[in-house]
Amino acid sequence: MLASDFQGSVLLDFLKTPVLSIQEFSLLVGRTIRNLPRRPHYGKDIILQMDIIGVGSLPIVLLTGFFSGVVMALQMSKALRTYGAVSQTGPIVAITLVRELGPVLTALVVAGRNASGMASELGSMKVTEQIDAMRALGTDPVQKLVKPRLIATCMMLPCLTAIADFVGITGGFMIAYFLLSLTASEYWNGAYRALDYQDIAEGMLKPFVFAIVISMVGCYYGLRTTGGTQGVGRATTQAVVVASVWIFVLTAFIAKIFITF
Amino acid sequence: MSTESVLRFDRVTVAFAGVPAIEDVSFEIRAGESRIILGAAASGKTVILKTAIGLLRPDAGRVFLFGKDISTMRERELFNVRARVGMLFQEGALFDSLTIEENVAYGLVNQKTLQCPEDEVRSRVEEALTFVELGHTLEKFPSELSGGMRRRVGIARANVTEPALVLYDSPTAGLDPITANNIMALIVKERDVRNATTVMVTQRFQDGMIMSKYHYNPRTESLELASLEGAAVQGIGFLVMREGRLVFEGTQEELQKSTDPYISRFIMRN
Repeated sequence: MLASDFQGSVLLDFLKTPVLSIQEFSLLVGRTIRNLPRRPHYGKDIILQMDIIGVGSLPIVLLTGFFSGVVMALQMSKALRTYGAVSQTGPIVAITLVRELGPVLTALVVAGRNASGMASELGSMKVTEQIDAMRALGTDPVQKLVKPRLIATCMMLPCLTAIADFVGITGGFMIAYFLLSLTASEYWNGAYRALDYQDIAEGMLKPFVFAIVISMVGCYYGLRTTGGTQGVGRATTQAVVVASVWIFVLTAFIAKIFITF
Repeated sequence: MSTESVLRFDRVTVAFAGVPAIEDVSFEIRAGESRIILGAAASGKTVILKTAIGLLRPDAGRVFLFGKDISTMRERELFNVRARVGMLFQEGALFDSLTIEENVAYGLVNQKTLQCPEDEVRSRVEEALTFVELGHTLEKFPSELSGGMRRRVGIARANVTEPALVLYDSPTAGLDPITANNIMALIVKERDVRNATTVMVTQRFQDGMIMSKYHYNPRTESLELASLEGAAVQGIGFLVMREGRLVFEGTQEELQKSTDPYISRFIMRN
C-alpha cells in the first residue's frame, strides 16, 4: 500500500510539469484567438513580422525547395528505371512535394528560423522586464506581441510553401530534362495531371496548421522564459525542438485524415 | 494633506512555487506621502512593487490601489487603474527596438484612458526628457545610452503621464555614486514639483536619507535640506523588509532609534 502510494505521488510529480505546460499553452492559444477580432490590431507589427518571416525566410526556403525537388527526381529515377517508368518522374515529384515534403520542409525551416527568433526575442524582453513594463504601460503583451506573429505566420507560411512546391518541381524538371532526357511537356503535363484538388487542399491546410504551431510555440516559450540569458537560450532550443516534433506528428495526422476521407 | 488612500496592502502573501516571496505584508500610503522600502537582495522589495500594480497576484490578502481591490481584477480592468501609476523598473526596462522618444511616448499613446491628443505627444515627451536633462536623445536607441542615462529615460517614461503614484524599483542600483546622487535628485525634484505619491525600494540607506531629508526648491532649482536640524520632510515613511516579511514601519527618526540588530546593521550604525 505504501509502495503504491509512493509510486502514485512520483507519477503525479512527473506528470505535473507537462500537464501545467499544456494548460498554460492552451490558455495562451485561447487568449490569442479571443484577441484576434479585438482592437488594437497593430498593423505595423503584422507587416514587420510578415517581412521577417516571409521575405526573410525566402532565400533558405527557395534553396531547400529546389534541392528537395532535385534529390527527389534523382532518387525516384533510379527506382523508376527498373520498371521502365522514368516518364512518371514528374507526377511523383509533384505529388510528394505538394502533399508532404513542401509543407513539412518549409515548416521546419521556418520553425528553425522563426520559432527560435520569437522565443529569443520575447524571452529577452521577459528577462529584462520589458514585458512587465508593457503591461504597466497599458498594453496587453498577447495583443501586441503574440497576435501579430500568429497572423503573420499564418499568412506567410502557405505562401512560402507554395513557392517551395513550385521551385521544387522546377528542380525536378532540371534533372528530368538534362539527365533523364524527358521533354518539358512530358514532365510538366505529368506533374499537372497528377495533382488533384485534394492534394492542393492537403498541401495548403498543412502550412496553415504548422503556422499556428510555430508561432504559438515560439511565443509560449518566449513568454515563460526565466533565468536570464541562460534561460533565453533554453527557451530558444525548446521552441525549435517542440515545434519540429509537432510538425511531424501533425503531418501524420493530417495525411491520415486526407487518406481516410 | 489629503487623506485619500492611494495604496493599501492588507496581509498580502505572494509565493513562487510554494515559497513565499513576501508574507503577511500590510501597510498603507495616502495621497502626497512617500515611502522608502529598504531591504537586502531577495527580501521581496520588487515583489511588493509588482504586486502593487497587479503585475503579480497575491496568493493571500488583498491589495487596494486608489481604493479599488485589484487582487482579483481582470488584466483589461487593471489597465485603467495602472494608467494612474508610473513605474521605473530596476534596469530601466526600456524597449530596445524603440527610440527614446517612442519609449517615453509609449504610455501616452497606449493608455487609452489618458486620451492624450496626438499633436501633444511630442511636446510632452520633450518636456519629460528635458526634465531629466536628456532633451537631446529623442532619436537615439536605448543601446546608445549609458546606464545612468537609461535610468533617467526610465524616470521620464514613468512620469510623462503625470501619474498620481510613482514607483521606483532600485533606481540607483549598479550606478556610480555621482550618477546615483543625480538620479536621487531627479526623483526628489519629480516628487516635489508634482506632489506625487512616491514609493521607492532600495538597498541603499543613503538614497532613503536623500529622499527623506531634502526637498526641491523651484526658485534656486536645486535640492535643499528640509530643515537645518536634519529633520525629515513631512509624510515620508520607511519600511524595512527582511526575508519577505515587513520588520519595520515608521519615520526616519524611529528608524534611526531602532534597536533591532538587523535594522542597525542595515543603516550602518554601530
